Amino acid sequence: MEREQQLKLRRIALDIRKDVLRMISMADSGHLGSAFSCVDILVYLYFYLMNINPDEPGWRERDRFVLSKGQACPSLYAVLARRGYFERQELWNYRRLGSLLQGHPAYMTALGIDAPSGSLGMGIGISCGMALALRKTSPQSRIYCLVGDGELQEGSCWEALMTASHWKLDNLYVIVDRNGLQMEGRTEEIKALEPLIEKFQAFGFFCSETCGHDYPSIDRAFAEASDSRGMPKAIIARTKWGRGVTLAERGDIPVKASLTRNDVTLLLDELNKESVSLDGEERS
Amino acid sequence: MERRSTREALKDALPELAGLDEGVVVIDADVASSTYTKTFAEEFPDRYYSVGIAEQNMVEVASGMALAGMKPYAVAFSSFLAGRAYDQIRCCVAMPDLNVKLIATHAGITVGEDGGTHQMLEDLALMRALPNMTVMVPADYWSARDLIVSSFKYDKPLYIRLGRMDVPIFYSPKEEFKPGGGKIVREGRDVTVIACGIMLFEALKAAEILARQGIEAEVIDCYSVKPLPEDLIQSSVRRTGCCVVAEEHNQVGGLYGAVAESLGINYPVPLRFVAIRDRFGESGAPAELQEYYSLTHREIVGAVAQVWATRRR
Repeated sequence: MEREQQLKLRRIALDIRKDVLRMISMADSGHLGSAFSCVDILVYLYFYLMNINPDEPGWRERDRFVLSKGQACPSLYAVLARRGYFERQELWNYRRLGSLLQGHPAYMTALGIDAPSGSLGMGIGISCGMALALRKTSPQSRIYCLVGDGELQEGSCWEALMTASHWKLDNLYVIVDRNGLQMEGRTEEIKALEPLIEKFQAFGFFCSETCGHDYPSIDRAFAEASDSRGMPKAIIARTKWGRGVTLAERGDIPVKASLTRNDVTLLLDELNKESVSLDGEERS
Repeated sequence: MERRSTREALKDALPELAGLDEGVVVIDADVASSTYTKTFAEEFPDRYYSVGIAEQNMVEVASGMALAGMKPYAVAFSSFLAGRAYDQIRCCVAMPDLNVKLIATHAGITVGEDGGTHQMLEDLALMRALPNMTVMVPADYWSARDLIVSSFKYDKPLYIRLGRMDVPIFYSPKEEFKPGGGKIVREGRDVTVIACGIMLFEALKAAEILARQGIEAEVIDCYSVKPLPEDLIQSSVRRTGCCVVAEEHNQVGGLYGAVAESLGINYPVPLRFVAIRDRFGESGAPAELQEYYSLTHREIVGAVAQVWATRRR
């Protein structure tokens, strides 16, 4: 991936993080760390990889995206708004009564939301159904499903993985946001997921691993995956919970954040500093 | 009288549906022989999917297919469809209001020997409580078949409850059934007996006995549990002044619950139920279980005697 492209994506991701921070602080609730950990993956998908058309959100031949970890929806909403699915203004109504942007995503094709989510562990199964159907009606469409790592403790995920490999759904990409944290602590302490790659492989997936914040590395993982034939793909994206803001990365913000005014100022300062340094990189 | 189970309607209705609508696909959870989806599978192998023993996954897959524009029919045993996959039905089907048809077989105690785990007595309560969901309980083969075949015109979540046991064929093939409908299958001025599923036949038997005693029972086949045919029920009860509800379901939250909720607001009258008295089932022969759990015409006659004595005039 070219440097210019990378800088462009980084710029978008930074703006998305600022939007998400504002959404969560205005709503006074929302999962900041979980939302931040997958921003770069979402930006890569929506601004680089996916075959979509915001002017025609119901276009049949489009790629589909299923956000299984529904709590990370502020990032998805901010991405969709910036990609032109709806007015950015609507973001500030996130979690408010009467808003289109629910605390966990409601299904709304018009807004670019391809599937409902909120109750964990259902996204891979829904994606299997889409993959089966689209294999017939729109063979070039791909289905990208982003799951949280903690979410994989839901048994329904593993039912769905079996379904995916049994039907050889090679239009299905399951991306694991492997940030290592869940509501009450570290995944490996609460109920260990490792060895995760081996599990996916044993379930019949082509598996590749990447840093979930580095665009060239993400791009390589997807390219590798798409080269594999006749099997569903899993991309384990190693990510950092709260990526982009030190306070969250250090774990000084609760999992389900109610941010103080001081937190917001600190976080925004850091994102603004990053903007300045990105300006520098762009000029050099 | 010829007897067939309501689940048998799937054998003929699903292939018929496939001919009517190209989007129709059938998903099964390893019960194809018992649910008769096998016939569809043989006729339309490329439109049939078995997800194995995984009802939760079945509902998710159905949801994904509906999101991609297909018209999935998910067929499984009622215990494991309505029970095990409840959260999937709630979040992946009912909440997004998708065109997914859930067909639940082997409902109620007349499943028989398999026992309590397999005798679903709470599914109507579970499904009825879901916004956007429509709930149907056909009594015989033809009503089941018509409801399944005509369901492709209905673009919303739908739950159809079918039974394992052979029951009399009551309707003619020409009869039509629809969400929100109900049928007065016997007219009478003295008491309204509302029934669904196998209890329709018990209600009809009870009505004959009551007629000999000079009480004319109006019997309603209330196959649409949600939406309830409220006008039909109310106009009958306004004439008779009392009501008995009979169903093969727990007394909590099923057809009796629906009728009580409706009449309570619109036209309160003395009301009784013949249903499972807040218990789980157990193994036994179907007919034996019907006696043991008091789901026969005799209990309906008894309930009618009680409401009739205190009827609203």
